Amino acid sequence: MKIRELVEKTGWKPLVLGDPEAEVKGGFAGDLLSWVMGNGKPGEAWVTVQVHLNVIAVSGLCEFSCIVLCKGAVMPEDVTARAGEEGMNILCSDLPAYETVKRLVELGI
Amino acid sequence: MTVLLHEDYIVERGDFKNAGKVSSTIKEKLKMIGIDAKILRRISIACYEAEINMLIHAWGGDISMDVSDDGTVRFVFKDPGPGIPDLDDAMTPGYSTASDDAREMGFGAGMGLPNIKKVSDSFDIASSPEGTTITLGFHL
Repeated sequence: MKIRELVEKTGWKPLVLGDPEAEVKGGFAGDLLSWVMGNGKPGEAWVTVQVHLNVIAVSGLCEFSCIVLCKGAVMPEDVTARAGEEGMNILCSDLPAYETVKRLVELGI
Repeated sequence: MTVLLHEDYIVERGDFKNAGKVSSTIKEKLKMIGIDAKILRRISIACYEAEINMLIHAWGGDISMDVSDDGTVRFVFKDPGPGIPDLDDAMTPGYSTASDDAREMGFGAGMGLPNIKKVSDSFDIASSPEGTTITLGFHL
């Protein structure tokens, strides 16, 4: 599924859409950056509540297809600006982490 | 053995805004010269963890990279201190001395050094109050 379709199907607000044609190849949920770095795989949608600048570095190194922020996570503008420069995708889910992951699974991700 | 590519990078003390930038640059550079994606992934994990350690535990530091014609990449991460009081503790998965601030940002899982050792083909660490030096090798 492409990011563009994921946005259409979930209604999650796209905070940054640098590459809407990127393919979502799976999902990964986690907030401990070492854990994410060590276990995340390219193309996965990363579900997290972390919003500081370092998520951009981690997402880039892991080559995630997008970052999905869970309900209540507010990303500062300087972080979204950096994500924009890097051509990344960041979506804002209106659901808590568990339900966000569930929604991804329901969509076959 | 001839060094085909040598690069030096500086991690500025306390520069959290650019945390991970050197690792990203290294990854892009090695990607351009066609290094296998699986090896590149291991290198990225090691470089990222070591770079972050320089920021959250040390006063910045220097990173050097040598790609040699014998099919190896060697990294040296050298910081100016304050050093690691107990290396055995630091190498124990889950052990962390990270500050509450660092933990709030998702650091401090206590997996940094164990992760680095796990993903590299050779690993050496030396530490004193004058600084810590980590030397890593990868076979391409």
